[in-house]
Amino acid sequence: MPRRTDIERILVVGSGPIVIGQACEFDYSGTQACQVLLREGFHLSLVNSNPATIMTDPEFADRTYIEPLTAESVLSVIERERPDALLPTLGGQTALNVAVVLAASGDLDRLGVRLIGAGIEAIHRAEDRSGFQKAMQIAGLPIPRADTAHTVAEALAIGERIGFPLIVRPSFMLGGGGSGFAHDPAQLEALVSRSLEQSPTHEVLIEESVAGWKEFELEVMRDGADNAVVICSIENVDPMGVHTGDSITVAPAQTLTDREYQVMRDMALACIRAIGVETGGSNIQFAVDPRDGRIVLIEMNPRVSRSSALASKATGFPIAKIAALLAVGYRLDEITNDITGVTPAAFEPTLDYVVVKIPRFAFEKFSAADPTLTSTMKSVGEVMGIGRTFKEALGKAWRSLERDGADLGAWEGELKDPSMIGRLSTPTHDRLRLVESALRAGHGVDEVAAASSIDPWFVDQIAEVVEESLALQGKDVDGLTAEDLRSAKRAGLSDARIAVLTARSEAEVRARRASLGVVPVFKTVDTCAGEFPAQTPYHYSTYEEETEVRAAERPRVVIVGAGPNRIGQGIEFDYACVHAAYAVREAGYEAVMVNSNPETVSTDYDTSSRLYFEPVSEEDVLAVCEVERPIGVIVQLGGQTPLKLARALEQAGFPVLGTRPEAIDLAEDRGKFAELLRELQIPAPPHGEARTLQEARVIAARIGYPLVVRPSYVLGGRAMEIVYAEEELERFLTMAAEAGPDHPVLVDRFLEGAIEIDVDAISDGTDVFIGAVMEHIEEAGVHSGDSSCAIPPATLSDGELDEVERITTVLARRLDVRGLMNLQLAVKDERIWVLEANPRASRTVPFVSKVIGIPLAKLATMVLLGRTLAELEAEALLPGDPGHYRHLPYTAVKAAVLPFGRFPGVDTILGPEMKSTGEVMGIDPDPGWALAKALTASGSALPRTGTVFISVANRDKRSIVFAAKRLDQLGFQLAATRGTAGVLERAGITVERVTKVSEGSPSIVDRIAAGEIAMIINTPFGRAPRTDGYLIRTMAAKMGVPCITTVQGVMAALRGIEAMRDQAPEPKSLQEYHEHARAVAAQQQRLAFAGVGAVAERGRGWHGKRSHGPDPTPATNEQTEVQAQ
Amino acid sequence: MTRGAPAILSLEDGSVFRGTSFGAPGETFGEAVFNTAMSGYQEVLTDPSYAGQIVTMTSPHQGNVGTNLEDPESVRVQVAGFAVREASRRASSWRSRRTLAEELAEANVVGIEGIDTRRLTLRLREAGAMRCAVSTQDLDPASLLARVRETSGMQGADLARSASTAQPYEARTLVGEVNSSASSVFRVAAYDFGMKRNILRLLADAGCETTVVPATTPAADVLQGGYDGVFLSNGPGDPAATTYGIDAARSLLGTLPVFGICLGHQLLALALGGRTFKMRFGHRGVNQPVRNTLTGRVEVTSHNHGFAVDPDGWPREGDRAETPAGGLELTHWNLNDGTLEGFRCLDVPAFSVQYHPEAAPGPHDSRFLFRTFRELMAA
Ligand SMILES: Nc1ncnc2c1ncn2[C@@H]1O[C@H](COP(=O)(O)OP(=O)(O)O)[C@@H](O)[C@H]1O
Ligand SMILES: Nc1ncnc2c1ncn2[C@@H]1O[C@H](COP(=O)(O)OP(=O)(O)O)[C@@H](O)[C@H]1O
Ligand SMILES: [Mg+2]
Ligand SMILES: [Mg+2]
Repeated sequence: MPRRTDIERILVVGSGPIVIGQACEFDYSGTQACQVLLREGFHLSLVNSNPATIMTDPEFADRTYIEPLTAESVLSVIERERPDALLPTLGGQTALNVAVVLAASGDLDRLGVRLIGAGIEAIHRAEDRSGFQKAMQIAGLPIPRADTAHTVAEALAIGERIGFPLIVRPSFMLGGGGSGFAHDPAQLEALVSRSLEQSPTHEVLIEESVAGWKEFELEVMRDGADNAVVICSIENVDPMGVHTGDSITVAPAQTLTDREYQVMRDMALACIRAIGVETGGSNIQFAVDPRDGRIVLIEMNPRVSRSSALASKATGFPIAKIAALLAVGYRLDEITNDITGVTPAAFEPTLDYVVVKIPRFAFEKFSAADPTLTSTMKSVGEVMGIGRTFKEALGKAWRSLERDGADLGAWEGELKDPSMIGRLSTPTHDRLRLVESALRAGHGVDEVAAASSIDPWFVDQIAEVVEESLALQGKDVDGLTAEDLRSAKRAGLSDARIAVLTARSEAEVRARRASLGVVPVFKTVDTCAGEFPAQTPYHYSTYEEETEVRAAERPRVVIVGAGPNRIGQGIEFDYACVHAAYAVREAGYEAVMVNSNPETVSTDYDTSSRLYFEPVSEEDVLAVCEVERPIGVIVQLGGQTPLKLARALEQAGFPVLGTRPEAIDLAEDRGKFAELLRELQIPAPPHGEARTLQEARVIAARIGYPLVVRPSYVLGGRAMEIVYAEEELERFLTMAAEAGPDHPVLVDRFLEGAIEIDVDAISDGTDVFIGAVMEHIEEAGVHSGDSSCAIPPATLSDGELDEVERITTVLARRLDVRGLMNLQLAVKDERIWVLEANPRASRTVPFVSKVIGIPLAKLATMVLLGRTLAELEAEALLPGDPGHYRHLPYTAVKAAVLPFGRFPGVDTILGPEMKSTGEVMGIDPDPGWALAKALTASGSALPRTGTVFISVANRDKRSIVFAAKRLDQLGFQLAATRGTAGVLERAGITVERVTKVSEGSPSIVDRIAAGEIAMIINTPFGRAPRTDGYLIRTMAAKMGVPCITTVQGVMAALRGIEAMRDQAPEPKSLQEYHEHARAVAAQQQRLAFAGVGAVAERGRGWHGKRSHGPDPTPATNEQTEVQAQ
Repeated sequence: MTRGAPAILSLEDGSVFRGTSFGAPGETFGEAVFNTAMSGYQEVLTDPSYAGQIVTMTSPHQGNVGTNLEDPESVRVQVAGFAVREASRRASSWRSRRTLAEELAEANVVGIEGIDTRRLTLRLREAGAMRCAVSTQDLDPASLLARVRETSGMQGADLARSASTAQPYEARTLVGEVNSSASSVFRVAAYDFGMKRNILRLLADAGCETTVVPATTPAADVLQGGYDGVFLSNGPGDPAATTYGIDAARSLLGTLPVFGICLGHQLLALALGGRTFKMRFGHRGVNQPVRNTLTGRVEVTSHNHGFAVDPDGWPREGDRAETPAGGLELTHWNLNDGTLEGFRCLDVPAFSVQYHPEAAPGPHDSRFLFRTFRELMAA
């Protein structure tokens, strides 16, 4: 059955922003699918709100819509594109749920759109828990005792019947959202009432808990001719009860006999048939009772998933790509396996290595969050290690996490801890270390296994690692034999770890290894355990005898990836690395990718010429360079992780392409950088470095409060705070960051109420190309990664932009930047201050590239390879119009997506420490709509009606009056607490007074909880724990009520709300926007030649009103209205 | 970590692999083959078709779940030697009785671990199955190699005779009563060339009362036994050298329904005037895609064969061939390399497959063939 002929136009729905439970694995799968569908000649349109994805690059679809993933907006895209088919199984739960709504509303039928991949019945049978139960019972497949409830009463009744402990699992959720364990009726009631809310279908499953059983997953594929194969088996090291996304997992399964495995396989195939997934991949989860091998089915996802991305990387079998081909009619046996090039995709991959995945958590950023791992997913990213043995793979994965301390290693302090065994029973992100500590402390394998419910086989493997490390402890490196070192390496011990054990430096360990010839070889991931020759060079290192790296025909360039997604370093950096790979290949070199993140496009075997799935650590990257002998290494695109390796690479004799390591240090070291700014006479906030509290006091006295304080060398604003008074300063220095002689605390004057600006630019050493200047909506003090920003800048004058560009150029020249640079500035008191310079790709590179229609990372890579900006402009790869980004005939707004929903009780107030997991983009000719779309896409849509609650800091009370008036005119009811209410009333605005929590109930918090508040305006002052503000914001987060915390934000929101009064504009594709922009730019250039200044009208502020600093723009009537106060 | 005594593995092409001993110490010679299954080492170790072979598993961890009483495919460990990347010292399964090392030691089978099994596999893929030795006694590669080159290979080896049972016996005594739910019970004579136990289980499931007979049993005895059908089992060695099997098959054809698996399939082909040949390195694993032309479906199948039937051993047009016993339909093809994997006679009641529908280890996609055999007897 070859390609379907009844389909020509296909719409692919993406998964939206990176959130916990749904990360960039869906960019990987979506990108694969789009590529292959285009190649198959379909007319492809794509909708996704996430600009940081590769799939939303204009060349990956015929029409790319960056629009919110709501049923409403997807429908408007469908109405415009009129696709024959909608493919919802590659965009995670988000796409699936949108499809379900559009099918239910009858719109798909009305517009003659077919669902391909999974039909609506299949989706329901799999995703609503009751449907799944029924299907399994009919198919005679075993599941835990359970029943579904739609009310709390029902739930309690079921609870009584089944008995406690129970797990509550809502339908149509992702990442275990809303699920949890109940040990008694009270807990059950609390849980159910919440999760009924959260489930789109208000349905929950009340199920017998099998926590502590072994958890397994099978990735299954089925074609239209009912051929079905298992692509990969995955075993969770953490038992049932810890979400698979938060579990350390292993492929292939290690502790099943063939008898048990084949029963599981039979069940999986029976399940996918019973659910009726016509074509594509499904993820099926099982629990196995370790005492008697009893197997039950837990769930099935009728779509590609996080696990299928992992399975693809683990096996080399591209599940998403094949799923797309199956969806358009091909059979498994009609598709060839890219890796062998000769055998068909109708087979089951077999591995001759072991893969370990470890999740990456971000608890350090949410101090109030509970780090216990449960059925609700909490991790923000993951790493994968490939080794010939479990120990090797585990060691690699562990060091890929880039956590403090040399990979797996017990800290001495722990060893004496008597409570250790007790603590093993609570799963946390640190449990594996605890297991190792317990073993080192002398507890037996069985004792540890029993306490942790981790299979004894895994515990024993870790025991072997412990034995290896003890064997080295205290030894003299120079006394170690080749045999000692080889067995240490085979046990997965990193050079860094060996260095710690032998009290020497990592470099010395490496030198010793090299001198004894103990170096890694590289094997190939080939889907068939060597039975057929592999065509694709997808490698991993191991300590064995034979290496399989083929000699290359062309010179090589190594691109060092970003490692695991984490808050502050996410998909944006992978995006840049992928573009580098494309550019390097186009330039005629072999692109060699090194990365450890299985969720990404960069680790797809056909993104680069050669893929090394290895930790992004000094040891492993150097090892790759040793075999590849590259002409250069690119470290500036993967964020801080590769940047840190620049020096080591140079010392080992591997040239770093682009900006020199010295220059990187110069920019990274805040002290040196301040010097440099002074030398260049560029304004910077008064700065100092304190090693003691006393020093800090002195500096504070010199530069004056408020201050921004932080430990030196941080990313994502780690442990960074704004302090308004001495007590806070003391608290910070004593608790948050105990300062020391070698790690000073950096103290800057906090520019309060300043407008923050981001710039992304490319420099070739002579010329500097300004990608765009972005104006933040929230004022400085909110981390650039968390604040929303707009292109073109909303309120900055051309004069100010010229100055920003001048500073950027001067700095780029002084630092001799080659490649990308990101600059952060602030505008205050008519001056432009530089906050920091990052001589590397930034988080905003993909956003800017999508908005201006110019692939910055790609062009930067060309520069790294020796091209000049002049050449690129001559080839029309760069626009001639220097003001190109100012003249865009549309506005794009980037908004951040925050994970507070996952961490109940964590304050949602934004600060200098980054907290967001992802971003979305809204684009429209009307700035208001651009913002409205961005907010809708981010999940906190602006209201059209209802009650707006206002409570602002004193400094903001005057500036809020204008906004309140507008809201009043727009027909909103206003509510405020005493202070704010007074001010508003004096301005003649009717406002309902509400009571603070302290003033008794029903307080404002109760009102929010009751769903009576449509939007919240709350600008906090200073940092005060557990105030009304805190309670209001956390409740808002819980209820999903939009909560605006800055005045600029309010102004912008107003513009959005006003826009939303008229009906939504027809969505336009990125390709169309870029077309238009090029036309305008061309016109600008002609005018420039003709000597006429820029004529294109730029947005002059969200309301032509800037609430801080003088306003260079001509007064508008809104303003006079305010000035009339 | 404590490791065993040094051991080496030597291939006839001169390549040497240094590792450590596990299981029994000593020295063993055989044909080196690799198996790509990720589970089921106990079934592999006890599969009589591996007699005379030194098996390396491509999957690095072996022995994780130990060995148990239910999973053996015959009375003892059959492989000549076992070569792995890492043998688990810990057996973790609710059913396990012994560790892998204990099992091999008990069976006095030599094992070697810690070698680069992928390098070994790629050698065998490129150069083909080779004569091989594993030794913990003679650690001098040169002298071991010399003795490897003195041994004889698989070509022309008749091993089924010794792998077979000495006396006939009732399958019931091994795998219990036949599935009584079956409408009627058929009596089957199963030629044991080195039969896997799971075949007997599945015959019983399909309602066959099976008598296992020695490999050299004359056809006449079976004809007099009043059986409804004949089964030709899997087994080790070169089918062309298993002449008694071929003769039996030839004289049984057309008189009783015949079902053959693996060696049984090859013997049936030879009885039909066909040809067999030795493959470069054979098929050993549980992930082989086979198209069943009768259903159009792809079955993921379990394989263990170093010889195969040449589809051009008969005059043929596409899937139709002509044999002395009449028309032959070629019904199963391997999608990886086009190997003929099964056929059925059109004028006499007989069919066979090259792979292992009884799995163990492996997927259950083709189990229905035992029902097909039953239907053939019912017809
Ligand atoms: N009956 C159960 N008993 C114990 N733990 C369970 C049970 N069902 C699910 N879990 C745990 O909850 C996790 C999340 O459940 P799941 O339905 O897979 O959520 P999601 O749909 O988000 O993947 C599973 O990975 C498993 O660890
Ligand atoms: N002197 C300052 N005045 C006002 N805001 C500041 C100042 N320094 C930093 N910030 C705020 O803190 C955020 C993080 O600071 P930054 O230096 O960019 O850290 P990172 O290197 O983690 O990005 C900035 O985006 C900005 O909003
Ligand atoms: Mg799940
Ligand atoms: Mg910054």
